[in-house]
Amino acid sequence: MNALMSYLDPRVTATPGSAGNELWALIYVFVIFAGVAVIVLSMNWLERKALAHFQIRLGPMRVGPHGLLQPIADALKLMTKEDIVPADADEVVFRFAPVIGLLAAFTVYIVIPFGPSQAVTDMNIGILFMLGVSSLGVLGIVTAGWSSNSHYPLIGALRSSAQIISYEVAMGLAVVSALLMTSLNAQGTGTLSMIGIVQAQQQQHIWFVFKFFPLGFIALIIFAIAMVAETNRAPFDLPEAESELTAGFHTEYSGLRWSLFMLAEYAAMIAVSSIAVTLWLGGWMHPFPNWLNGPTWEFIFSLFPGLTFGGLALIAFIGTARMPSHPYFKIQRAGLAIFAVFLGFLALLLLAIAVAGHANDASIAARCREGVDNIYWFMLKVAVFMYLFIWYRATWPRYRFDQLMKVGWKVLLPISLGVLIVTAIVGVIFG
Amino acid sequence: MIDSKTPDRKTIDGKTPELPNAVSSLATSNLDLEAPEKPYLDSNELVLNMGPQHPATHGVLRVILKLDGEKVMGTECVIGYLHRGVEKIAENRTYTMFNPYVDRMDYCAAVSNGLGYCEAVEKLLNVEAPPRAQYIRVILTELQRLASHQLWLGTHALDIGAMTPLFYTFRDREEILKIFEKYCGARLTTHAFRIGGCQYEIYPGFEKDVKNFLAFAPPKIDEYEALLTGNRIWLERTKNVGVISAKDAIALGVTGPVLRASGVKWDIRKAVPYENYSKFDFEIPVGANGDTYDRYLVRMEEMRQSLRIIEQAVNGIPEGPIMAKVPKLIKPAPGEIYHSIEAPKGELGYFIVSDGSTQPYRLRVRPPSFVNLQALDCMVRGALVADVVAVIGTFDIVLGEVDR
Amino acid sequence: MAEEVKTPTPPPPEGENKPTADKAVPAAPSSAAAPTTPAPKPEAPAKPAAPAAAPPKPAATPAKPATPAAAPAKPAAPAKPAGPVPTPWSSPMADKYKRQYGSGLEAQTYLGQNYFTVDRSLIPDFLKLLRDEEQFDYCVDLTAAHYPKREKQFDVFWILYSHPRNERIRVKTQIADGESLPSSFSIWPTTDWLEREVFDMFGIKFTGHPDLKRILLPDGWKGHPLRKDYDILLQDKEWVHINLGIESGQ
Repeated sequence: MNALMSYLDPRVTATPGSAGNELWALIYVFVIFAGVAVIVLSMNWLERKALAHFQIRLGPMRVGPHGLLQPIADALKLMTKEDIVPADADEVVFRFAPVIGLLAAFTVYIVIPFGPSQAVTDMNIGILFMLGVSSLGVLGIVTAGWSSNSHYPLIGALRSSAQIISYEVAMGLAVVSALLMTSLNAQGTGTLSMIGIVQAQQQQHIWFVFKFFPLGFIALIIFAIAMVAETNRAPFDLPEAESELTAGFHTEYSGLRWSLFMLAEYAAMIAVSSIAVTLWLGGWMHPFPNWLNGPTWEFIFSLFPGLTFGGLALIAFIGTARMPSHPYFKIQRAGLAIFAVFLGFLALLLLAIAVAGHANDASIAARCREGVDNIYWFMLKVAVFMYLFIWYRATWPRYRFDQLMKVGWKVLLPISLGVLIVTAIVGVIFG
Repeated sequence: MIDSKTPDRKTIDGKTPELPNAVSSLATSNLDLEAPEKPYLDSNELVLNMGPQHPATHGVLRVILKLDGEKVMGTECVIGYLHRGVEKIAENRTYTMFNPYVDRMDYCAAVSNGLGYCEAVEKLLNVEAPPRAQYIRVILTELQRLASHQLWLGTHALDIGAMTPLFYTFRDREEILKIFEKYCGARLTTHAFRIGGCQYEIYPGFEKDVKNFLAFAPPKIDEYEALLTGNRIWLERTKNVGVISAKDAIALGVTGPVLRASGVKWDIRKAVPYENYSKFDFEIPVGANGDTYDRYLVRMEEMRQSLRIIEQAVNGIPEGPIMAKVPKLIKPAPGEIYHSIEAPKGELGYFIVSDGSTQPYRLRVRPPSFVNLQALDCMVRGALVADVVAVIGTFDIVLGEVDR
Repeated sequence: MAEEVKTPTPPPPEGENKPTADKAVPAAPSSAAAPTTPAPKPEAPAKPAAPAAAPPKPAATPAKPATPAAAPAKPAAPAKPAGPVPTPWSSPMADKYKRQYGSGLEAQTYLGQNYFTVDRSLIPDFLKLLRDEEQFDYCVDLTAAHYPKREKQFDVFWILYSHPRNERIRVKTQIADGESLPSSFSIWPTTDWLEREVFDMFGIKFTGHPDLKRILLPDGWKGHPLRKDYDILLQDKEWVHINLGIESGQ
């Protein structure tokens, strides 16, 4: 109980992991797990719907109102599919490969900073930990391709791993140039800690994307391109494209095993987007933290979570109203209405927290409000990146493999090296 | 908006292409096709089968690739999976009865097939369709050319990875198919024309529909160009991929947009005009390099020129009969005739040997896709596997035509 | 059947009409045409002025000598306007080759399309000449036709086009069953698949072709479909039985 309440004290500034509060750390782990699962489901839905709307069609509409239950139907289907293990495959490795990928993808969530005290823990080598552990995902891919005992998955796996390690170099250099900027403070020491990076942006009163413009911006662009290649998403999805000859490392996987790969892919997408948000886009800070601060602006920005969900609830209500009033649609209409009501309640809850927190600064409500705000702004920025992933997939053709490698090594690497050097020089001169 | 007269497009006017020499580089066979028992991974050469069922081969085409790593050393196309014996069937059908069969060969551009056949038989009978029928035929044929190119663009872009243009082009193609449906009742296998002219008078509102379409289409074509033409990834995937020189193209008998993209300004509508194409003012787009990008540009420009022809035609449809005086039972004089048209895919020719009876003695269809596909081998040698898919797409083949 | 020949001619004298109205049907195709005669022609009673122009075909096919396709003038039906006939073609190119090859080559034109009929012995050289000297650089098509009742059973056609001259001609030759032709692959690479198809459909072999094998039909197919004496049912039964192991359902 003490552990439970001690974290809710408004004066807490450390993450539960750092503070030794195992109960809350565990709660965060569960919440993150559940949250990532929900996000993956909704990403699946959003991807199909957004892709469809880009292509002048509607996407899933039948399974649940506007296809909202489609991901659940997909999950059920995948779970009930026959589990095929190829005859000559290396069974143990075959079964274990998706798990490796998942482990690598999920472990990084420990250090993702949703707020100054809203994370599982705060390592002082946070960013290094993230880059290192997420690289372990390559092992999952290669073992999957190898253990399938078929040369198409193997070639796909090797291509995929070659692609990933090529783009990691550029990614790492871009990250380092952001880290350099954290050291432009009075002590001259930077930090690798994820929370420290965001706090550095707070202290320097600027998001790193705007620092030494356009250097920070270019670094963000490089990272954004590299992260798309890291996660094997379009336009770098040759290793897993259907119309090419080698169908990718997950060819032989069916049913639940395949869905584990999909889960790992989306989790990795969220993880690298989080890195981008943390390093360049000010993490959990609301926009314009320097110009628009003060209690009134804090209050206004804290209304945003509630208003967002209120907006979503409004869209759902409008959708309900526009549904045909034919008896066949009764259940769908009812379902969408219930969903709208649920969203509305969520909105009201968040608004209540915002108001209550504003009213009394030292209460649990204020603490909750702070937590909600930080998490909300962080997730909003990550959501923008996720939408961009979908947008890229809808718009662009895919690169041929040799062109892909050429872009990684001959274009991104020199540019990121250049940005790093120039950032260092500029930092010394102006820092 | 892409200007059609971009400076890097050149034309070759009337210069004699160099005559081809012996063509050892074009030998297609001598592949060792013994696929290994178990797939082995440490050999230098791999025989890979893009089997008849494949998302990217536009039909039942089987391509056997001999690879060295990622590079293609040789290919062999195995066709015939869709062979239906159309030429043999023709020998057992009267000329009129055979008319619906021609739609089924190139099923993506049925109206063109019908045009070629009807014109060939009309030539054999020494009659000509009346002017009104000719205008109707030209309008429908050019609409079909547009629809065929739109289908090509969608599927080609999908093969290269851009999945969105497919939906856009199919959506816009619907408008053309609606016009066809209103005219003759069918969208795909239209059987639109008859020997001697057209059977159906244009429906009330035809001109209005076509004019609406003429207003509707150009922004859509600009949209496709905006998505692809300047796109860096599209350029990298299509530039210098599948290059064929003008000399090789003529030697291999390649026709259509593939030939024009290699720099040879030759279009049967201008060279050997049929119908009343000589009355219309349009240009022939020509490419410079003969690569996939040029073929893409040529077809996009052809779409625009088709719109131009349709506009001229629909504004001047004359009054009059739509069917010439053709006997009910067509018995042409004995003799042979060859007639070809510029189908969307190339030179579509009909060679008819008549013996004076009601059935053709020998009817030969010269399919553009069949002859063009021979050039696949020389276009993908030395390219990567991912390029094979792009090159097959750029030929715009329809297996119904290749195999008949 | 051919009642309504809408040519504005005076009806021909009865006697002469029958032989010519049938338009010199060679024997073999007429038997193929015969089954279509009972095809429903319900307006048969509505015969207009064109009189006995429609004797039922099987009844009155007098033995008009089958006209090989290259023969010049048919006996013109006196009443109807003469149908198009192949007429001699004279142009600088045609005259040159007529002089050069004498009787081995004929140059005619039919319905505005010019063609050479050459002797088989002229074949690879004449085609090469056409490509090299006359600039016929594009071989549009290569095909054949089968006349089983003739001594030289096959007509082989090359359709050629010249880009510089914008001219299209045909070259025709006749060969017997079992004879082979030299391949034109070295002249025009287009003929690679075209010759394979002719081989596949007719059984005409082309010597010198790099890889003459079947193209449209499965490799083990027996028989050559476009020949007139090809029995499809027999072939189908046999192939299905051997390759698929079941009874063909025909």
